[in-house]
Amino acid sequence: MRITLNGEAREVTEGQSVASLLADLGIQAERVAVELNLTIVDRQTFTGTSLRDGDRVEVIGFIGGGRSDDDER
Amino acid sequence: MSDDRLTIAGIDFRSRLWVGTGKYKDFIETQKAIEASGADVVTVAVRRVNITDRKSENLLDYISPKTYKILPNTAGCYNVEDALRYARLARAAGISDMVKLEVIGDEKTLFPDTAGLIEAAKILVKEGFIVFPYTNDDPIVAKRLVDIGCQVVMPLAAPIGSGLGIRNPYNLKILMEAVNVPVIVDAGVGTASDAALAMEYGADAVLMNTAIAGAKEPILMAEAMKYAVWAGRMAYKAGRIPRKLYATASSPIEGML
Repeated sequence: MRITLNGEAREVTEGQSVASLLADLGIQAERVAVELNLTIVDRQTFTGTSLRDGDRVEVIGFIGGGRSDDDER
Repeated sequence: MSDDRLTIAGIDFRSRLWVGTGKYKDFIETQKAIEASGADVVTVAVRRVNITDRKSENLLDYISPKTYKILPNTAGCYNVEDALRYARLARAAGISDMVKLEVIGDEKTLFPDTAGLIEAAKILVKEGFIVFPYTNDDPIVAKRLVDIGCQVVMPLAAPIGSGLGIRNPYNLKILMEAVNVPVIVDAGVGTASDAALAMEYGADAVLMNTAIAGAKEPILMAEAMKYAVWAGRMAYKAGRIPRKLYATASSPIEGML
């Protein structure tokens, strides 16, 4: 099945959990926030939350920045 | 000066110089500059994790949340909805309930949209966030922010990244008198004397990024800023002499030939 991950299409296995997706990506779960279809996923439920076809997933972390002028826009 | 702590929302802050982590050459330079600045608070931006290049290192490998207080910001948000979304994501990432709230009004000036700021701050305070609002040097807006539950205000000295220094010292002074919460001067500092001046006026702390990261020698400038903030704070506490138009002799007249 296909999801949109950070704005890009990605094939994932049917019913894959958020925790397993992060593991596949090599991302440390404790340093990120995950948004699923615009709703924040509680980190306690990463393992129990299964993805569905067409889901929009955002994985968010912290980068260098202190000021609005760091923004590339 | 070591017992001269700043406390906001029950959190003790060791340093009165707070720094951003953007615009450095690399993470090593970021780390060294922050060490040299003596800051214990660093601001970070909230962005999508790089999925394609997982080898890319993480800022937090260099700036450990164990050593520093991480203050996520909502930089780049131009409306209330986006600012709320970024703030909530930052908290969900599990580092802290603090958020430096920016609702930017205009790309050219990066001045805050104060109406949007108040609206967003109100919601986030209700949700239990410790809101650090980036605002104008407007005492009335600062009072409104305190009224709705902000425990600190962060007025600009000049436009973000401009290095113009304190454009309106009198407004800043009025603002500091108008609110009973700590005031952190944020944005617009260009060099050490600007930071010292902000502290002499009575600011509780100064936050900067570009003035350090954009200097020819960022690590040296970080250190200069540390001393400037100390000097300004000490001078403020010591109490400056009044300005007088004419001379007052320092040496006694008695005993002269």
